[in-house]
Amino acid sequence: MLRASGSSLKVSLLHKRIGNPFTEGSRELFDLAGQGRIDVFFLGGAQIDGGANINLVRANGKRFPGSFGSAFMYPVVPRVILFREEHSRRVLVPKVEFVSARGDPQALLTGKALFAWQKEARRFRLESVHPGFGVKQILEETGFGFDCPDEVPATPPPTEEEIRLLRGAVAREISGNYPEFARRVWKIGV
Amino acid sequence: MNFLAGAAALAREIPDGAQLALPPDYSLVAMEVVRALVRRKARGLRLLGVPVLGMCADLLIGAGCVAEVESSAVSLGEAGPAPRFTEAAESGELKIVDATCPAVHTALQAAEKGVPFMPLRGVLGSDLVSIRQDWKSIQNPMNAESDPILLVPAIQPDIALFHARWADDAGNIWVGRRRELATIAHAAKRTYVTFEEKRAGDMLEDELLAPGVVSSVYVTGVAPAARGAWPLGVPGLYGIDDTHLALYAQAAKTREGFERYLAEYVFEGRAARLRDRASDR
Repeated sequence: MLRASGSSLKVSLLHKRIGNPFTEGSRELFDLAGQGRIDVFFLGGAQIDGGANINLVRANGKRFPGSFGSAFMYPVVPRVILFREEHSRRVLVPKVEFVSARGDPQALLTGKALFAWQKEARRFRLESVHPGFGVKQILEETGFGFDCPDEVPATPPPTEEEIRLLRGAVAREISGNYPEFARRVWKIGV
Repeated sequence: MNFLAGAAALAREIPDGAQLALPPDYSLVAMEVVRALVRRKARGLRLLGVPVLGMCADLLIGAGCVAEVESSAVSLGEAGPAPRFTEAAESGELKIVDATCPAVHTALQAAEKGVPFMPLRGVLGSDLVSIRQDWKSIQNPMNAESDPILLVPAIQPDIALFHARWADDAGNIWVGRRRELATIAHAAKRTYVTFEEKRAGDMLEDELLAPGVVSSVYVTGVAPAARGAWPLGVPGLYGIDDTHLALYAQAAKTREGFERYLAEYVFEGRAARLRDRASDR
């Protein structure tokens, strides 16, 4: 969306099917990151804990796909943003069962709230709550402890221009590479 | 370098118990050979995901061909979890050696260079380091300050298996930008490749094609397999069949559904047996 709105940002979609930026095979992303050429990276987790550890391997007897490149990317890339649409005690746990990767993220974004990471205290702080949800609900549905200011603002909604870009240019680009996601979220097909 | 008759003949070159290095679903998977391995009832294979695995691994695991998987992940991507992998992992019947993508690449690059190990940044805070007894953390000997760094041992797979757009008369193959396939071929003891089309002459004499070539020096055997990556893709020729992948993901959720899938798309009864026999000639 930043790029569609005119920023000079370079977005490298790992699984881009046509015009993929990498020509040295899948190791190139990691070589770029190792040199410090990747500024921002996004990581999810089957479990995420209050120490910002992520687990992509196993929990409660269930097996997940695996750690992918997270063990490397998380500590190596300067700005990592953790994200998980589901905001529940099942996902946001006090301590992950397996540490796939450990690092200092910039933030944790869920479907209900935004947390900032306090590097010194190694603890999340609630930054904002998305419209439709309340602080009490976030406290109830988060399995780990976090700092909570007295006044927590609502996450600002996207502007009309941002919505136009998301549903237009961004949705079109995503649908070519993640067709199932685009069908589910924007009801568009390729 | 041997020209083999077809996927079935190639599958017979892969012995039971071999360590088999395979690419991810987006990078030229030799699916026709994977189906032939299921048909020939391969057993005890040790799969290495370079660096992750998808449908090929799930098929082989579900069909009982696999003893062990070393990979950074096994999943069907957008189609969801790999159901046969997940069930075999949760029941404990499959040995899983968890890795992380750059560690696999680095281990293969060490083998490429003929050195015993190679260092890799990151990873040290991960539980992977405690479960991987073969990985070592050392002080960077080039740095006077405290600077721990991970070492991963070289991996020299028994066999590399993948698909290519072209093979030529000289036995070279063309994989284009999928250079992790070149790395696997360089590192493995033996490399087997299926190809879409045969090209006359020697691709290394064409300056535009040469950068995407893996030289016949590294290739043990090639076999023709038109649409041999299906339902996965060959970039520039045909795309991933997302509908079929979704169909597989749904079918393989149960053992019975998986068996029905095998019967319909892998064995196809008499048709598949005839095809295997034809490819022997």
